[in-house]
Amino acid sequence: MNLYAVKAIYLFEMARTWRTLLQSIVSPVLSTSLYFVVFGAAIGSRIDEIEGVNYGSFLVPGLIMLSLLTQSLANASFGIYFPRFTGTIYEVLSAPISYVEILLGYVGAAATKSAMLGLIILATASFIVPVHIEHPVWMIVFLVLTCVTFSLLGFIIGIWAQSFEQLQLVPMLIVMPLAFLGGTFYSIEMLPEVWQKITLFNPVVYLISGFRWSFYEISDVHVAVSVVMTLGFLSIGLIIVAWIFRTGYRLKA
Amino acid sequence: MSTESIIEIRGLSKRYASGFEALKNIDLDIRRGEIFALLGPNGAGKTTLISIVCGIVTPTEGRVTVGGHDIIRDYRAARAKIGLVPQELTTDAFETVWATVSFSRGLFGKPPDPAHVEKVLKALSLWDKKDSKILALSGGMKRRVMIAKALSHEPEVLFLDEPTAGVDVELRQDMWNLVRELRDSGVTIILTTHYIEEAEEMADRVGVINRGQLAVVEDKAVLMRSFGKKQLTLHLAEKLPAVPSELDGYDLELNHDGSELIYTYDTHAARTGITALLGDLQRAGIAFKDLHTTQSSLEDIFVSLVRRSA
Ligand SMILES: Nc1ncnc2c1ncn2[C@@H]1O[C@H](COP(=O)(O)OP(=O)(O)OP(=O)(O)O)[C@@H](O)[C@H]1O
Ligand SMILES: [Mg+2]
Repeated sequence: MNLYAVKAIYLFEMARTWRTLLQSIVSPVLSTSLYFVVFGAAIGSRIDEIEGVNYGSFLVPGLIMLSLLTQSLANASFGIYFPRFTGTIYEVLSAPISYVEILLGYVGAAATKSAMLGLIILATASFIVPVHIEHPVWMIVFLVLTCVTFSLLGFIIGIWAQSFEQLQLVPMLIVMPLAFLGGTFYSIEMLPEVWQKITLFNPVVYLISGFRWSFYEISDVHVAVSVVMTLGFLSIGLIIVAWIFRTGYRLKA
Repeated sequence: MSTESIIEIRGLSKRYASGFEALKNIDLDIRRGEIFALLGPNGAGKTTLISIVCGIVTPTEGRVTVGGHDIIRDYRAARAKIGLVPQELTTDAFETVWATVSFSRGLFGKPPDPAHVEKVLKALSLWDKKDSKILALSGGMKRRVMIAKALSHEPEVLFLDEPTAGVDVELRQDMWNLVRELRDSGVTIILTTHYIEEAEEMADRVGVINRGQLAVVEDKAVLMRSFGKKQLTLHLAEKLPAVPSELDGYDLELNHDGSELIYTYDTHAARTGITALLGDLQRAGIAFKDLHTTQSSLEDIFVSLVRRSA
């Protein structure tokens, strides 16, 4: 194991985070906090409790999840796309490192960054709306699994993309809508019957449901289903990445 | 310099996804400790060859070993020995010189060694720029940063793909001095260049590649000798309409207006035939007012090789 290389890539990526603190940490925390103020503290006071949880509190896990998904994708996709774009990827490709080590460095750094972000948002939210965490360990498990899975997905997008425009495409056109419709703002029981069924095809439902269960023990699907589905998404990501590395897809001519 | 090979390339071919065959069945050995110059026109396949050895491009056929390690099966050991300065000027932008060079060292699996990084930066006159962001450097400085990155992990083999493109005269001299020092410390150097006089000055051996095939691989001295021709030009006192028939036995040419007679001879033949020619000229009553000789350079050799293999 070339640990020096993993460390070099990891620290390089983390240095980028610190250098761009304002846009990588401060701005997502600020914009998510606005949701808590508007939908939680202001409008939320006029909305009924959902399954015994006050609406502002109900929003916390979903909104954290929303940030984790978008930030993991953005960080990881940019992290690998940018060296492809500038050409500095040559160095990583010519270095004595395995694909597993490349992944640990890039995906590890992106996941660390969004996990940190999630925790900061959680801390901020607790100042604005009441929050309690029933199962802290499960909360961390879901948080970490989600960060890793979506950083992996971001990594794949960063290798697939041929332009900055394409880099934005998947997060904007697919992941954002899925996240909004995946129960960030409502319990799926509030939907008409047909939509309750259709929603089950939305992977984000399982992530948010499991995460919310770890806070308030309320969920749209059984928590075991959430765990299995999350691990399933992670496996799919790993399979795609394995294929990318084996074929050199868009990395090597 | 020994004759032991540090790089062995056997039957190497590369067909790009476009179907273009950039390398055709290349066999090449690089000797430990030599400076090897790879010459060839644009698109000949030089960068492709280097990229395959360094692991950036996947070969279609053939095998390559570096220090006895197969570049695919035993890629870690093979790549750890290699430093690469690619042709394109590609650097990070927002990182400092120090950070980017230290990053390279880590990437190649070496523990941090500030003293070594310092030595490399000083050797490349980058020490006073160590805390500058790369985007604030000039092109020539960026080129040096790329060399520093390649040297950061103490490679045994250094690839320089057109290191002197866009580099000023002074820096070019510095660079060649550094290359000589590296060679003296035991590093094997493979370089490409379009400045043939550089290869002529620097290289121990020269390979000429054209359209994906090696036209020749030879000791520079041998190459220059075997292809080296000299020409004796005689500026005639009076113009001639044609080469006189008495002189048919010599390889003589008349220039366009008949004012110069050009004699081509082999410097390494047992006799050049100059004395005999001059005697015969006198007997034929041809007088000349001046003479000079020219020797073909590596550039002429290169051009004739590329034409021949085209
Ligand atoms: N990724 C690629 N896909 C398709 N063809 C390629 C690719 N890279 C290079 N080629 C082609 O392969 C041939 C050899 O290219 P290469 O870069 O090896 O040439 P070179 O000898 O380094 O030339 P130069 O002196 O211009 O740097 C060229 O015809 C080039 O167009
Ligand atoms: Mg080239």
